This record gives sequence, structure tokens and C-alpha cells, in this order.
Amino acid sequence: MSLLVVENATRRFGSLVAVDAVSMSVAPGELRAIIGPNGAGKTTFFNLISGFFPPTSGRILFSGTDVTRLSPERRVGMGMARTFQITEIFPELTARENLRIAVEVASGLRRSPWLRGHANAQIRERIEVLLDMGGLTPKADRLVGELPHGDQRTAEIMMALALKPRLLLLDEPTAGMGDQETHDITQLIRKLHKDQQLTIVLIEHDMRVVFHLADRITVLAEGAVLGEGTPNEIARDERVQAAYLGKAA
Amino acid sequence: MKRVPAVAWTGLIWLVLLTMPYWMRAVGGYTELASRVLVLGLAAMSLNFLLGFTGVLSFGHAAYFGLGAYGAAMTIKYIAPSTPLGILVGVATGTLAAMVIGALIARLRGVYFAMVTIAFGQVFYFIAFRWNSVTGGDDGVTGWKRQALDLGLAKIDLLGNDKAFYYFILACFAIAVTLMWLLLRSPFGRTLLAIRENERRARFLGVPVERHIWLSFVISCCFVSLAGTLYALLNNFTDPRALRWDQSGNFVIMAVLGGMRSFWGPLIGAAIFVVLQDYVSSHTENWMSFIGLFFVLVVLFFPRGVLGILRRKGMA
Ligand SMILES: Nc1ncnc2c1ncn2[C@@H]1O[C@H](COP(=O)(O)OP(=O)(O)OP(=O)(O)O)[C@@H](O)[C@H]1O
Ligand SMILES: [Mg+2]
Repeated sequence: MSLLVVENATRRFGSLVAVDAVSMSVAPGELRAIIGPNGAGKTTFFNLISGFFPPTSGRILFSGTDVTRLSPERRVGMGMARTFQITEIFPELTARENLRIAVEVASGLRRSPWLRGHANAQIRERIEVLLDMGGLTPKADRLVGELPHGDQRTAEIMMALALKPRLLLLDEPTAGMGDQETHDITQLIRKLHKDQQLTIVLIEHDMRVVFHLADRITVLAEGAVLGEGTPNEIARDERVQAAYLGKAA
Repeated sequence: MKRVPAVAWTGLIWLVLLTMPYWMRAVGGYTELASRVLVLGLAAMSLNFLLGFTGVLSFGHAAYFGLGAYGAAMTIKYIAPSTPLGILVGVATGTLAAMVIGALIARLRGVYFAMVTIAFGQVFYFIAFRWNSVTGGDDGVTGWKRQALDLGLAKIDLLGNDKAFYYFILACFAIAVTLMWLLLRSPFGRTLLAIRENERRARFLGVPVERHIWLSFVISCCFVSLAGTLYALLNNFTDPRALRWDQSGNFVIMAVLGGMRSFWGPLIGAAIFVVLQDYVSSHTENWMSFIGLFFVLVVLFFPRGVLGILRRKGMA
């Protein structure tokens, strides 16, 4: 059974159809890349999946449940986590504090007015694991807003991972990163996918990253699906080349 | 977390609060002035639970402060001459009103939230002002006095002994402030910081933002209504000005003046406010313009408030 199914999702902004009857289904353990030119509707599509706003029409099913009208926080509770194209973190808190909040919420402690020593020890341990995984340990006590851009984006991904998601949505994880940072993030995503069989949908402009990571690729253009297939199929697809890859090359 | 006050600050502040009645006279003050600092400091710190640590500006906290004051005054006057019962009823009234109003406004943000809190505040003000037969209208609730505290074994005279009353207020203050401090250091408190820092990220970590803003609003109003009950007890009196919008504005001024990012800042702000008010108003009618000027200077040059300046010098 598919983990994520989108059926004919449409989102209008006034007369603009930003997402136009898009259907997609993602299998458990799959890494799906979504590509398409600027303004194709990729981020809007993510917003529909994650509940940032509802679709004008169409349905979204997450592990068999219709989540079309559910709030984002409910979807997070069901195991959906996302990052944003423009990094969304807590800039005036340290990297460790950022992760602490994520870990505590994920541990069901968000309304807890106290923290027992035992729970706290487990939370600390989990924070350190995540910091280490993201290579943030040496910078953990600096305000995350003062870290380099790449570290901020990594911190956001680690916060999403802190939620122990079943589906991870990444909106251009390598945007604005240098070569080394891009390499590191790509390795991290690959590891999550290969080692932990995490289901990931990512939007990405960097074709090296896409072709290195993706099991399947969905191409959006002007809000609609232009093509879908394995990296090889997409690389050969003439319409895709004409609309997107050709221009990008 | 980093912004939680250093042990040294906390120790110093408690030391000052514990000894205040004994040196107030030496520096030209009096015990009642110290009590006012505590009461208004508690109100400002309660407001700041919402403003500084959740990032939500209420311009109507005087409503709950005033409901606390009226609740206490009217209970003691009409129902039973008991100080603790007055406090209990006052706090319950303020908190209950906050639960209802909070539920109506938790979806609003920024200036809209602030405007609607003013509007609700003014509703309570007009009720207190107009409903003469019950609230005493413009004259307020007079003809009652705070009662001695009956502890079974001993009776503490809160009325005649102003030091005893100061320490009674300090005990209430200590309980309220400790609870707020513990809450802010808890996982729940950190979700409030998360909302302040980045509401979108908080939501997409799974925090139901509206519900937590509501909780923060109710907690904040609960403590501000406690301050209101103490204010009525301190004055043996309350009138509609306790819940008018300018009183709400004063709480905001105190919080910003002292530093709304620091836990103790609003208490410092309240101290400055109360002392300036007392000192300047004995020389000129226009004391508010001095406060105003001081406020503008602080905001322009030290946006993190008075404690923010001290803190930076002391710790950097
Ligand atoms: N909240 C909104 N209100 C109005 N229009 C919007 C909104 N969000 C997106 N749009 C419009 O929808 C279209 C698709 O935008 P979207 O951000 O989804 O594109 P994208 O594929 O993510 O582009 P990019 O690669 O530049 O990130 C654009 O024309 C955009 O202006
Ligand atoms: Mg986008």
C-alpha cells in the first residue's frame, strides 16, 4: 500500500491554478524527487500535502487515512514532517535548544509542566544523536540563527527527523549551499533513505542531487504533472527535456 | 535555556525583596511603596509570560487585574470578611473570564490580538463604571478593609501591620513567580518560546499553536488577577481605573522598560515605574510625561530594557 496518495489535488489562487489536478503516490521506503521550473507549483504541492493550506479540490491520503482537512499539527502527529524552502527554525535559540523542543514535542511532552530526570536523560541522549548525525555537535551551543546557512538548513532537517517521521518532505534541501555542504546533505539524505528506509519526498533543483538520490521523479510544469518515472526514464523523456532539462543544461 | 536568569541575579533579587521593608525608609521610601512594587511587578511579570515568552501582545490585561480586584473587594464586602476567600474568588473570576475570552481570540495575531484585548478590556471597564448598584460605579468598591489572616494557631494582622502585609504579598508573589519560572523551564514553556520564535516551525513540529497560546493567555491572566486581588487589598479599595486600558498600557510599559526578554525585567520596570510615579508626582502633575520620556529613551537606546543593559555589561 502507498504511504502517500494524492488524488487530483488542485489549488487555485484567484485565477491562477498553482497546482492543477496533480495525482501522485509514494510507496513506503521510496525516495521521490519532484522537479520542475520556477513557479511550477512544487512548493504549493508540498503545502497541500503537509496541510499548510487545503486544496481547492482533490484528496490527500496518508497511510490510508484521508487527511485532506486535517491541521498540519495532526498530520505531524501521524508521522509527516517537513522542511521549508526558506529555512524555518528558532533563530534566537541554540542548535541544541532547537532540537530539544523538537524532541520533547515528539516525545509527547509538549504540555508537560515538568520533566523527570529519567525522561530528561533520554531526551538529552536523543538530542546528542541528532546533533552528531547532522555534524552540528561542535556548534550546538551557538545561536542557530548565527550559524552558516548550510548548518541552519541541516538543523531544520534534524528537527524534522527528531519527530521520527514516517514521511519526510524536504523543500530544496540544498538551496543556497556550497559544494561541500551540498555533498554532506546529499550523503545524509542518502543514508536516511538507505539505512533507515525512510520515505522521503524532496523538491530539488540540483540535478546531480536528484539523479544521485531519487528512486522515482515527478516533473511538474505550470501546476500539472509533465511526467513521472525512474531517473533513466525521465532523462530520456523528450517532453521533460524540452520543458525543463533542456533549459537547465 | 540561556535566558533563564543566572543564579546570582535571582539570589540578589530575592535578597532585595526579602529585606526591602527594613531599608525602604532609609532611602526615602515607605513600606506601602515596596508593596506596590511587588504587586505591580507581579502584574507586569504575568503579562510578560505572554508578551516576552510567548510573543503575544495583550493590551487588555487590566481587565483581568481589575476582575481580580473587584472579585476580592466584593467578596470581602458582601460575602464573607475573609482575605483568602477574596483572593480565591478574585483569581477564579479573572481566570474564568480569560478562559472564555482567550478562546475567542487565540486565533488572532499581532495588532489584531492587541486591539481585541483592548476592546474586551473596555467592556469590563464600562460594566464596572456603569453598573452603579453592584460595582459602586465611578466611586468604586469602598467601605471594606482587608481582614486579618487567621491561621488557626495565630492571627496575622494584615491591616494594622504594614510589614506583615508586605510579607504576605511577598509570599503570594513568590508562589506565583516560582510557578511561572518552573513552567517556563518545562517542555510546555519551551513550546511557548517556540511559538514566539517561529510560529510556523512550532506548528510543523506538531504544536497546536492556538491551544498553547490560549493556555499561555489563561496562565498569564490567572497571575495578573492574583496581582489584582492584592492591589485591591493593598488599597482597601478598588475602582474602574484598575481595569481601564491605560492600566493595561502601564503593564506593557513596565515589561518593556525592564526588559521583556528577561524573567525579572518587568519587576525592575515596575520598580522604576512605581518609584518615578511616587517621586515625580509629588513634584508635578505631569508625572506620566516623565515616565513617557524615560520609556522612549529606553526603547530607543536599549531595546532589551534596563535589565538587558545590565545583563550585557555583567555577562559579556
Ligand atoms: N500563497 C500564495 N498566494 C498566491 N499565489 C501563490 C501563493 N503561493 C504560491 N503562489 C503562486 O503559485 C505559483 C507556484 O508557486 P510555487 O511556490 O509553488 O512554485 P515552485 O515550483 O515552488 O517554484 P520555485 O522553484 O521557485 O520554488 C507561483 O506563480 C506563485 O506565485
Ligand atoms: Mg518552491
